[in-house]
Order: sequence, then C-alpha cells, then structure tokens
Amino acid sequence: MNRLDALRGTTPPKPHDARAIAALAANPGCARRALLDGAGIDKDATARHLGFPAPFGQSPFAITRGNAFEALVKADGCAELLRMLRELLELPVAEVAYHDVENVGAHLRHAHTRALFDRAARDEHDSGTIYDHPLLGLEIAGHIAYLEPDVVAFQLGGRFHIVEIKSFAVVDGQADPAAVAGAARQAAVYVLALRRMLRELGHDPLRVAHDVVLVCPENFANRPVATLVDVRRQLAVLERQLSRMTGLDRLVEGLPEELTFDLLPGEDGLPTRPAAELADALRRTTARYAPDCLSTCDLCFFCRDEARQEGACDLLGRQVRDELGGVASVEEALGLADGTRAPAEGQEEIARLLRNAERLRRECLA
Amino acid sequence: MSLLTSLARLRALDERIAQPIATVRHCHLSERPMVLIPLRMSGEAAAPLAAMLGTRREDPRLLVVTQPRNRDLRFAWAADLAAELLPYIDGFLAGTETVERKNADPYERVLDAPQLLVPNQTGIAFIRLLGRSTRFRRADGPYPVPETVPLLGRWLTYFGERAAYPGSSLMAAATEELGRHWASGQSGLEDANLAALMAWITTGPSDDAEDPLVWPPAGPATDPGFDAEVLAPAIEAGAAERITEALRGQLEPTWRLMWQAVDLLRGLPEGASVAQRWEQDRGSFSAMAAHIAEGAPPQARRDGAVAAASRLARMERAQAAYEVQRAYDDPLVMAEYRLTGEAFAGEVVETEPEHSEGEGRSRKLRPLVVVKTDDPVRLAPGTALGTPQRRGQGAQLVEARDGLVTVKITKGMGRGKTPAPGSVPEVGERVCYTSLTDDFQGSPALPEAEATPWTHGGPPREYTPSDEDALEEWS
Repeated sequence: MNRLDALRGTTPPKPHDARAIAALAANPGCARRALLDGAGIDKDATARHLGFPAPFGQSPFAITRGNAFEALVKADGCAELLRMLRELLELPVAEVAYHDVENVGAHLRHAHTRALFDRAARDEHDSGTIYDHPLLGLEIAGHIAYLEPDVVAFQLGGRFHIVEIKSFAVVDGQADPAAVAGAARQAAVYVLALRRMLRELGHDPLRVAHDVVLVCPENFANRPVATLVDVRRQLAVLERQLSRMTGLDRLVEGLPEELTFDLLPGEDGLPTRPAAELADALRRTTARYAPDCLSTCDLCFFCRDEARQEGACDLLGRQVRDELGGVASVEEALGLADGTRAPAEGQEEIARLLRNAERLRRECLA
Repeated sequence: MSLLTSLARLRALDERIAQPIATVRHCHLSERPMVLIPLRMSGEAAAPLAAMLGTRREDPRLLVVTQPRNRDLRFAWAADLAAELLPYIDGFLAGTETVERKNADPYERVLDAPQLLVPNQTGIAFIRLLGRSTRFRRADGPYPVPETVPLLGRWLTYFGERAAYPGSSLMAAATEELGRHWASGQSGLEDANLAALMAWITTGPSDDAEDPLVWPPAGPATDPGFDAEVLAPAIEAGAAERITEALRGQLEPTWRLMWQAVDLLRGLPEGASVAQRWEQDRGSFSAMAAHIAEGAPPQARRDGAVAAASRLARMERAQAAYEVQRAYDDPLVMAEYRLTGEAFAGEVVETEPEHSEGEGRSRKLRPLVVVKTDDPVRLAPGTALGTPQRRGQGAQLVEARDGLVTVKITKGMGRGKTPAPGSVPEVGERVCYTSLTDDFQGSPALPEAEATPWTHGGPPREYTPSDEDALEEWS
C-alpha cells in the first residue's frame, strides 16, 4: 500500500473537485492541506469528527435555485446554451451536435471523454459539438484528480471552450466580483486539465480557448446570459502554484512511519477513531493558516484553533503578518514593542517601528 | 491598515479585548437613526425575505415575505417597507435653511437628514440591489405596483450610492464604523461578523458569535442550517405564522446588537470635522429630494462616461479630505502619520514671534517656532505644513535636526508687525505639524455629457424609462 493510501487508511477516498484545486493553489504552502488532499481524505468529515465542523453549508434554497438554473440552461439538449453560444462564439447553426457523456457508465466516462475529444480534435470537418458531463483528469502532486466541467463546447476553427454555469446574478452587466473571481479560478482548472489532456493526445493544447464562457442569470430573472471571461491570469497562477507545490513524496517522507489520518469508520460509516488521537496525528503536519482559509478549507477552524494556541500573528491576516515581516508570534511582536525583548538579527527595523508605534499609542491614549 | 492598527490588534489578541484606534467618533450619529436589518432569500440576487427596522429600540417592525417565491408578495413587502421608510425620509424635508452660494443661486438645505444603519457591508450591497430591482417599476401599465415602490427604489439606490462616498454617514454599516474605532484581535475578514466584533469590543472574544444557533448571522444571508431545518419546512407547509416567528427569532439578536453598537459609538465624543461632513450629507440629501420633486427619471442603470469620471473624481476628493480631517480631528489617527515621518509632535522649546523676512515694503512677518520631538521626521526643508492646533494656519519646515524642528509660520498670524495674540504657540505648548493638508482641489475639467468623445462611447443616450424596465421579471 502506498504511503498516501496509508494516511487515509480504511476511510473511502474523497475525490478533488475544481474548487478544491483552485483553493489549494490559493494556499500552496500548506503542507497539511496538500497531504490531506493528495491522499483523498474527506476533510469535511475529519473536521466534524475533530469537533471543528466547517463553517460553510449551502442553503437548500441556493442548491435548488442553482440546479433549476443549470437545468434551464441545459434543457432540450442545451438549446438555450446553444442560442447564447451562437451569438457569443459565432457557432455555426447547422453543425451543432449534442453529446451527453454521462450516458456511458461512470467508470468509463474519463476514457470516453478522452476518446471523444481526441476524435473531435482530429476531425477534419470541424463539426460543432456540445459535450455535456465530460470528465477530465488532472494530475495534482502525483495523483490524478477527476474533474467535471459543466459543459465543453467545440466549435468551428477547432477551439474548445469551457462553459461554466453559475447561479449568481449579473445585474446591469456587473456581478459580485468575488463570485466572478471564484468562477474564473475554477474554470481555469478545467482549461488546464483539458489542455494537458490534448497535449497527451498529441494535439495542440492551445486549441482550448483561454476565454471561458460564464453563464449566469441576468438581472433579477432566471433568463441566462453568457459572457466570455479571460482566465489567462488565473491559468498562469495555477500552473505556477501547481509546479511549485511541494512534491507530496517529499512531504510524506518527513512523516513518521505509523502516521495515519484514518477515521476508522465503523459498520455504520461513522468514525471510531478517538478524536484527540486524530488531532495529534494532524498536528504532526505543518499548516499555514490564514483567515482566507475560513472560506475555502474544511479544516479552517481546527487550524485557527491551533494558531490561537500558538499565539501566531497569522490569525490577524496576511496584511498584519506582512507588516510585521519576520515576527511570527504575538508575544514576540509585543515584546519588541514593549522593549522587553531584544530584536534578533534582521529584526532591528521592525523592532524600531514597533517601539515607536507603542510610544505613540501610549502618548495618545494617556 | 497601518502598523499602529496592527499593533493594536496584537494588543487586543493578547489582552483578549478590543483596543481603541480612535479617540473621537468620526461618523455622524443621528438622534433618531433608522436601524434596518434586511434578510435575503438564499440563492437569489435580490429577493427579500424579511427586514426588521425602526427608529426606537423597544419598537422594532418586522416585515416578512411569507412565500418568498411569490412575486406579488414581494412587491407587497416592498410597499410595506416603503410605508415605513418614506415617512421617515419625508419627516426631514420640512425644516430647511437657505444656503447662499458664490456664483450660483441659493438653495434650501434640510436642517437634519435621515440616517440608515445596517449591520454590514453586504447589507449595504443588498439595499442597493433592492433599489435597483424596484426603482424602474410603474404604478400603471400591465404589471402595476403600488406607487410608493418605485419611489422607495430611488431612495434605496440613492442611499446605496451615497454609502460608497467616503465620509458620508447617510447610510452606514455597523461593522465598518465599529472597525474604524476599535481594533479587535481577529482578522478584518472575521470583523465582518457583527456578533464577533461586538463581543471583542464589549466582553472579549467568544466562539458563540460564530454559532448560528446562539447568534444568527446579521444578514442579509441567512444561516444554511436554519434554511434547511426551519424555513424550508415552514414554507413547504405554507405556515405564514411559523415563518414570521422563525424570522423574528433570527433577527432579534442582531436588532439588540445594532442598538448596542449605536450606544458604543454614541459614547465617543464627536470629531471636529464630523459636522462639516454631515452638512455635505444634508446638502446631498436635499438635492436628491429636489430632484425627485422635480419629477426627474429614476437613476440610470449605468453612469455615462462623463458622469462616471466626475463621480470618481468627487469620491477621490472626498477620500483625500476624509483622511486629512480624521488625522486633524484625532491624535491617534495623526499618530499613523507621525510614525511614517509625515507629521511630528512635541513641545515648543523656543520661539521668535517677530522674526521677519525681506526688507522695506516686502518685509514679511514670519514667526519661527522650534519644536522638540521624539518623532522620526522625514520632511524636507521647505515642505508646507499645517497644524491641528491652529487649523487656519500655514507653516513651512525650515530645518529638522537632532530632534529639534524649526518651523516658520507663513499664514494665519495676522497682518500686523507683530503676530496676532495666540497665533504663535508659547514655549512649553504641545504642538503637532504635518505635511498633510486639506487644500482645496478643483474638480477636473470634464466635457458636457453631450460632448463625450467617441473614445468613450460618444454622447450617452438619455435614459428614458421603458415598459420593458417596468416589466422586468423579479423571480
């Protein structure tokens, strides 16, 4: 059994999705997350078992609305989507076919997607096709993660377009910037996965457009509107982070032989592993907590609690941490400010600033 | 965020209680603010679910859409909201003063203006969207709505836009205002949670603040668990009473927090420039009221190029002025500039009140003041300076060396041969000088809208409300 499987133990693996990969790229320095994701560990279940359940759930209303919107866009062989793509990408009307990859068994979907896309890329006739439910693979730190883009459109001129269907509204041409940024990061993961697949098949990876099609409800109605979003910047960030991501093998090597994050699920599927023991095991890996984790990682409350116990400046956010450049703990920073602690080498400048700031605060609050 | 604020956050974390980062209140606080807590239907852009509002803490009004997917109920809710807000807004229009202007006709300005207080920034964004989804409706035509609904939409749009204007207090978010005056021991991201921030300021951090069962979210998003376990079954059952009571339970804790936040802010003395900014708010509000009274159309969906550029320029000027005013009003804010060397404070150790420059007719009085300071001064000789102690005064830095700074007063000491009494600080007085000055900046010269160059899309088409706008789906 390989070491990553041993880390997961008897618990069934949880596959990556694009959102997880995008989040992983957002905090590539976190060894804990890289290991857990690499081993396919269910972080949500782990966090719940540790007594630190993740703070994000989705409202049933939001799920219903999201599903209804996606169904509307994809209804009748993606008729509504086609209408929009024709305008946006100048997709030829007559030649569009609809292909639902889900019609084959789930275990075959990845191979089937590969074969379909290979054929499409070879096809001399450039037939426009919409592929629903394709399944792509992307190697993350030595392990394949399977990803499901909403739709991939293939059109005249031999370009593939990733289509991302989201249910946040575009009001008067403007949408929530955070939601758009999230969608772009996620779509970039699909673009990258599809490009790598084409390259493996011997095709030009650039046949996957860096413009993704974002489909959202327009204004306050359910009517969809499609927009092209350029994800080149997100792609560059993603590729850089993935290549820089510490190789999992090296991370695993540093761990004790017997270490495992197994939840030891009983017959009912519920974890039987003592929570304190699991917490100890997790603490053997280094996390890099930042408040941004609170919206992206299931383990955020566990890591935040750990950062609190350590009195780490990370708790206050990256901006504060950067401003304190090189002073990692609250105690250390306050010691420098109070003058009760001598600055280490390289800390002279920040120590001087902190002492000055402390003097000014005292003077103004006296 | 400055290092000074970072240090306050560190101190807060260590002492387990928020630390002050302001010594005065930098926002206007109305005698009779309208506290407004809106809730949105999850997954929808601007579908209202409920709102709790009112001007008296013992008397909250609760408005609920008992079937959130029903369009008619949604508009009925908007009409109910209008019935609460419009009389409140109108109540300020009666008392006015006449303001004389140079090169322009005098205008009427209200003596006091309304103030909406919402819990957080996302609440403000939701109010703006509510405004957008209602201001184009019509009282006549195929889908008539009560005539107060489009009017409410225009006011909500106005308040939403004004909230983005630096230094304005017409609509404020509690978390933002609290965060401007106290540094908690958590990240800025977590400060957006009103219950968590209030706990830091009052009793110390508490994990309860993040438990939706103890402290339901302050909106506009509801707790997903509440949606799944309470709201969805109640909607399914069509139990209006149950829905109303459930939402009351979600809103009441935040209602209490909001008034507690008002008390906290009221406890701070008002900064010297707050009244001046509120005067601008009153002027802006009066202009909007006049605009509506004249029968002007609702705000366009998007600004044209010229309107956008001039709005941006106004906001930039307001931002600059707001920063300077805050520093002049509050020594703790000024300390940030002292830390970076853009200001210094200390004791006057020597003066030469009758020092002058030039001879004969061009002889000018230029009193000299020497200040002893511990601050790291990073200002070049010749830099123009201002001082919070004597706001009309102008000065210039002559020399800074070994903790002694020589300053030359150039303006605001009278026209005589000797300085006006009190205009030159005495030896022993504590003074502060800064290169930060609130100099009047003219507005950029922009073309008329009709002369918008082709590079910016040419003259924008004038917005005329259409039937299509009024019919826009709200589903």
